[in-house]
Amino acid sequence: MNRVDRKRFRGLSVHVVLWLCVIISVFPFYWIVVMATNTSQDIYSYPPKLWFGGNLLTNIQHLFDKMDFFGSLLNTVIVAVCTTVLVLLFDSLAAFAFAKYEFPGKKLLFGMLLAMYILPTQLAIIPQYEIMVQLGWLGTLKALIVPACANAFGIFWMRQYTSSGVPDELLDAARIEGAGFFRQYWHVVLPCVRPALAFLGIYTFILSWNDYITPLVMLVDPSRLTLQVALAQLYAGHSTDYSMVMSGVLLAVIPLVLVFTFFARGFIADATKGALR
Amino acid sequence: MSSSPVAGSAATGPPSGPATGSGGRHATDRRRGPGRPARRIRPVSSGARPGPRRRRARYWPQYLAISPYYLIFSVFMFFPVIYTIYLAFQKWDGIGEMHYVGFQQFRFLWDDPVFWLSIRNTLVIWVLATAPMLFMALILAVLVNSTKRFTSFYRVALFIPSITSLVAIAIFFGAIFSNNFGLINAVLTGLHLGAVPWLSNEWTIKLVIAALMTWQWTGYNAIIYLAGLQAIPSELYEAARMDGAGPMRIFFSITIPLLRPIILFTVVVSTVTGLQSFTEPQVLFGSDASTNPNSGGPGQAGLTTLLYFYHTAFDTNDFGYGAAIVWAFFLVILLIVLINWGLVQRKERRP
Repeated sequence: MNRVDRKRFRGLSVHVVLWLCVIISVFPFYWIVVMATNTSQDIYSYPPKLWFGGNLLTNIQHLFDKMDFFGSLLNTVIVAVCTTVLVLLFDSLAAFAFAKYEFPGKKLLFGMLLAMYILPTQLAIIPQYEIMVQLGWLGTLKALIVPACANAFGIFWMRQYTSSGVPDELLDAARIEGAGFFRQYWHVVLPCVRPALAFLGIYTFILSWNDYITPLVMLVDPSRLTLQVALAQLYAGHSTDYSMVMSGVLLAVIPLVLVFTFFARGFIADATKGALR
Repeated sequence: MSSSPVAGSAATGPPSGPATGSGGRHATDRRRGPGRPARRIRPVSSGARPGPRRRRARYWPQYLAISPYYLIFSVFMFFPVIYTIYLAFQKWDGIGEMHYVGFQQFRFLWDDPVFWLSIRNTLVIWVLATAPMLFMALILAVLVNSTKRFTSFYRVALFIPSITSLVAIAIFFGAIFSNNFGLINAVLTGLHLGAVPWLSNEWTIKLVIAALMTWQWTGYNAIIYLAGLQAIPSELYEAARMDGAGPMRIFFSITIPLLRPIILFTVVVSTVTGLQSFTEPQVLFGSDASTNPNSGGPGQAGLTTLLYFYHTAFDTNDFGYGAAIVWAFFLVILLIVLINWGLVQRKERRP
């Protein structure tokens, strides 16, 4: 083998290994579709069916008999959308104040933000549960939305972007025009920080959509669940009817993954930036 | 927090008025807007030396802007965390009266074999998942970095597992590792290797959970490493190659040392998230008829500490003991993170 050949061989083998990893990465999605489109008997049979079947609609019908899919979907969407909108609003406002203004106690308050960042939610969840009982929020979606609005990561992220991405000249110009804090925020800061908001929004939405332990604790009413909890209960109750359960998994997971792939390139770049800071 | 809106508006007019935006580094006389001639005089007379009350009042928009986080955080996070400490010294079922029991919960914890079993399970699963995950992620990152084609496709495909719902993945793993009908056992039977009762053996249960975590997070870590690799200047590699260093030598003498801060980051993050495994065993064994739900499957081999905490607090309503478990566990996590930190940092000093 001469040098060019060897170099080409090495390049090819890199791609072979990477493609293998890609296949492992996406195989579950393929297999979920296979299971959701066949019957449970097909899945149990040996050798197993490896390709899509035509049973998806029947499975979905069974699914809708066993589980309030659209109710859970609606709850999940309400929680994810409200959480995302509130986090974007609160965090961009706080970030603007921290990035562009001096005010008494700023250092201390921001330091507190950093220090409290390490506390895991599990450490608070028992009293949180009791607070929700006292407020009468237990079992309601408020119990999920309101605590999730205290999002320290979002403030760091937005502050970083606001201090570099919003030109001081624009803010000064707005001040000369007589714009106060909130008008500067609305007319100058918001248009400038849109890319950072896009990342934070997608990130918050996905986390909220996939959250499991908080809704598991807070949503005590079995007729009002989020998709993740409802799916887990469906699986716990009908763990042998794979094709039906998988049609639920398919409906609950694949749309989010497909939507994500649209935004993926920018999102991944931002995610690494957020992680490496 | 923003107790001064009244004073603020008395001094400066309506919220959108000109005096609301006054940063320390921005001169105050810039704030005046056109069409408000009455204001034009006031900042000059009162702006020279405002009283402390006035000064604070000027900042009300900033305090208002940051207040949602601090309000919500105090009520739903800070107070509960502190209250959890208090609860750990009580006996309480959530409804009846609390009884102060001193250190009894912690004494019980120290002698509780199930707690130590859960700690052991958590640590074993964490090691089984994290070590191969970070190792493979590093290799993957080097491979992606070595090529120029398909890189953004690889990045997206490798990243997708990390945004996928953990419940869905756990159901999927439960299906393919199923003892009787799973895909894995079908393949093993096809290869005449014999089926393995994955979800009933003490070690394979941990292996399945670790495999799940590895599947979900290897790509994410690879992409983090990739970002680090791309930040290493290529002149360094050129120079090493000129000096006759082979690929292995380059990897261990240049890549690894320069990636160390990022490796530290991934080690800390995967420690914190890996030790908090809960959903995986909860969903996988939530349906196991042979055991209670939330007991971690056969032989409690999948009982992680957080699952034990959840079971104690929300199945048996032993809030006091639950609080003791979760605080003790938080200290264990902190200890392990500090040990990891020390290890990675010390390696840095060696070469």
